[in-house]
Amino acid sequence: MSIDLSQFHQVFFEESFEGLDIMESSLLALDLTEVDAETINTIFRAAHSIKGGAGTFGFMQVSSFTHVVETLLDEIRAGDRGIEQDHVDLFLQCVDCLRGLMSDLQAGSEPDMTQADDLKIKFEAILAGGEVIAEDNDEAGTQTGNSDISHASPDDSGEKGWKIEFIPCEDVLCTGNEPYRMFRELQELAEEGEGKGLEVIPHLERLPDFSSMHPEMCYMSWTIIVRADIELSEIEEIFEWVVDDCDIRYQRLSECDLSTLEVHQAVGSTAEVAEVEVEATVALATKNKEVDKITAAAPVVSEKIEKALEKVAVKKAPKVEKKAAAKPAENTSIRVSIDKIDGLINMVGELVITQSMLGQLGQEFDVSRLQSLQEGLSQLEQNTRELQESVMKIRMLPISFAFSRFPRLVRDLSKQLDKEVELVMLGENTELDKTVMEKIGDPLVHLVRNSLDHGLESVQNRTDNGKSRAGTITLNAYHHGGNIVIEVKDDGAGLNKERIRKKAIEKGIIGEDEHLTDSQIYDLIFQAGFSTADVVSDVSGRGVGMDVVRRNIAELNGSIDVSSKDGEGSTFSIRLPLTLAILDGQLVRVGEEVYIFPLVSIVESIQLEKSMLNNITGNQFVMQLRNEYVPIVSLQDIFNIDGEKKDLEGAMLVVVEGDTEKVGIVVDELLGQQQVVIKSLEQNYEKVDSISGATILGDGTVALIVDISGLNNKSSENKSEDQTQAA
Amino acid sequence: MTNAAQQKSNDAVSGTGSDDEQQYLTFIMAGEEYGVDILAVQEIRGWEPTTVIPNAPEYIKGVINLRGTIVPIMDLRSRFSLERVEYSPVTVVIILKVETERGERVMGIVVDAVSDVHSISDSDTRNSPELIEDLNTEFIRSLVSVDDNMIILLDVQRLLTIDRQVIDQAVDVVADTDSDKE
Repeated sequence: MSIDLSQFHQVFFEESFEGLDIMESSLLALDLTEVDAETINTIFRAAHSIKGGAGTFGFMQVSSFTHVVETLLDEIRAGDRGIEQDHVDLFLQCVDCLRGLMSDLQAGSEPDMTQADDLKIKFEAILAGGEVIAEDNDEAGTQTGNSDISHASPDDSGEKGWKIEFIPCEDVLCTGNEPYRMFRELQELAEEGEGKGLEVIPHLERLPDFSSMHPEMCYMSWTIIVRADIELSEIEEIFEWVVDDCDIRYQRLSECDLSTLEVHQAVGSTAEVAEVEVEATVALATKNKEVDKITAAAPVVSEKIEKALEKVAVKKAPKVEKKAAAKPAENTSIRVSIDKIDGLINMVGELVITQSMLGQLGQEFDVSRLQSLQEGLSQLEQNTRELQESVMKIRMLPISFAFSRFPRLVRDLSKQLDKEVELVMLGENTELDKTVMEKIGDPLVHLVRNSLDHGLESVQNRTDNGKSRAGTITLNAYHHGGNIVIEVKDDGAGLNKERIRKKAIEKGIIGEDEHLTDSQIYDLIFQAGFSTADVVSDVSGRGVGMDVVRRNIAELNGSIDVSSKDGEGSTFSIRLPLTLAILDGQLVRVGEEVYIFPLVSIVESIQLEKSMLNNITGNQFVMQLRNEYVPIVSLQDIFNIDGEKKDLEGAMLVVVEGDTEKVGIVVDELLGQQQVVIKSLEQNYEKVDSISGATILGDGTVALIVDISGLNNKSSENKSEDQTQAA
Repeated sequence: MTNAAQQKSNDAVSGTGSDDEQQYLTFIMAGEEYGVDILAVQEIRGWEPTTVIPNAPEYIKGVINLRGTIVPIMDLRSRFSLERVEYSPVTVVIILKVETERGERVMGIVVDAVSDVHSISDSDTRNSPELIEDLNTEFIRSLVSVDDNMIILLDVQRLLTIDRQVIDQAVDVVADTDSDKE
């Protein structure tokens, strides 16, 4: 009993969240016209293990709530009850509710039970309505039966309580189940109710000869009498882990004719025999002694044990709470398939072999062995690269993790908007870095909501235009080069160019006589404050969305494009780097320092000519680049790097594009391009303006990575400062 | 250098080690002897050129690559407003590691030379006189005399975490003066 269960909480929560995901997806996959028993079973199993786990860890709110859910599921599973749309909706609400409860518990706060209680009442209403179908041994049947009795005649039922025949299979102890634990829980139950406690009568008929007795086997069985006004379901819960391989029979005390005298006799005689057994079996000794004590003087002794245990529990409780408070639920973990780990171990083995080979070579080196040194080094290089790739792979998860929430979202939204939508998901096994995955979720949700709300037409509209009633939204993910591409495609009306244009003119984003290409027009929807929806719904249309989507994606060093065809629908493609840990960089030199620009944000690099330069307001220069004026900033100025000022003319200029705006950055020299591993600067130092991180170059020195969007903001800040100063 | 320190610390452990005594690594800066808790010392290195961090405070010399970790280097002379000296091949960087609420934090401090390892009992230490409300005195935990020499014991935790506040303060000051202008 001294195991600190809190160390397993994290695992429990993770498994429960997984279980909830499974429940949700299975519920959505349910075809009501033809219910698949296996799907129901899957849902039931998920609910069951959440309930069991919650019970084990003492999250009683969760387990009691899950219990009613499970009861209804069990009836459906047993075929006692058909499943209806209402049920599915209710179950989905439960999944949401449970998720809320779990996150509360994970965060260490007291869960809000109001929603759960509401749902519980609904469930109980459904269950109560089904009493005709389920009778005999079924949980719900007896439960309702029980309430019937207490309603009809609360007084004359005589003795309240249950007689339980508990005949465990012989290897019950080997499966980690401890009868004593169950008795103790029963004892707790009995004390909670108004009854008079617990009696346990052991039966030793099965006890073999001493010579043939196996110390790890349980040969005893018990008759347990619980004298308390409790529900059968509560008792069943206690035996839930052993119910499959034990024979358990329940009988209402008022219905059984076992006289009190008989019980006491039984206690007396069996206790003696039990003592013999205690002497005989060493392994069983401690456990059975405890059982003995209960049998001999069940109420008194076990009460004492109970109190002692309670004390321990009280002592322990505050400690656990403290721990939970100190450690917020931040530590996320990742599940890695064993194949990947095995691969890694192999590779590390290879690496060690190469290392020892090189070491040996180094000890007795002469020029004649140069050849083998080179071979060794190239082997080392290969090993390192493979190792790097496999380590990166550990962080990779299939994108179905991000996609999995959409069936539910689309289902709820289409109901809300009264549209018929079919969701198609392709390339769900495409792998993506975990961090990227977490950050791409919200933008994707936004895009899907947008497609549903604005993209797809109403059913009426669609049928008028000769399209199928149900619109289709396709989510597709695939690898392309070193990137992953995620597409959100709808077969709706497509983007309305005229309306976007009009809106943009209205909002003053473009001039009235500006001529824009199609893609330039589509690009307008990513401007802040832009929305073409005539009616602002609570789904979308406030125009705060697409610019945020683009910014989020830019933060991941990705980009988003849109293409559209009138009447055929539109496609949003998000292009993301596979991982955040490695970046394609352009090395530049400023003064004596080397900086790295992310290659994705570089538009072009040019040498400045005098004709391109224009001077505005003193020291601010702009450059005419084709049709645009691009402000020029010097990295030397922004970063306050020592060194002599150079003339802008003839200087090397890197034109970068951060969020939206282009900026020309003056550098001293362009060096090579290479993949760099991003290291955190914040870990030991702190966030530095305009620097997104650091990396280590081939020669072991540190180079800083320039944060282009930060730089953009900074240059515009500078500008506004200049303006205020001028004013 | 590391070996010597190790050697001495071992001697001290076997010699006068008792429960309330703590070991301190001492180093010399501008003729004074300073001490830091030896458990916070990760390693001692020679000076090597750093990569400059833009717009960093004057006393942050930059960052180095310490076996794959980016570690900022602080010039303790400049931090304590002491006179600057040229770095030489014997200039020493002490890599310190402390646990903070944000996790483990590693930082290097540049000092003139490493001196000794002393076992110092807490009861022997004296609080530094509160003469001046100065930033620099905030890093001083206590003073102690060993063989008639005064050693200034530094609070490593503060030393490594305080710059955030200082920068914030500096920013506040700048913001204040800005608003004054307007």
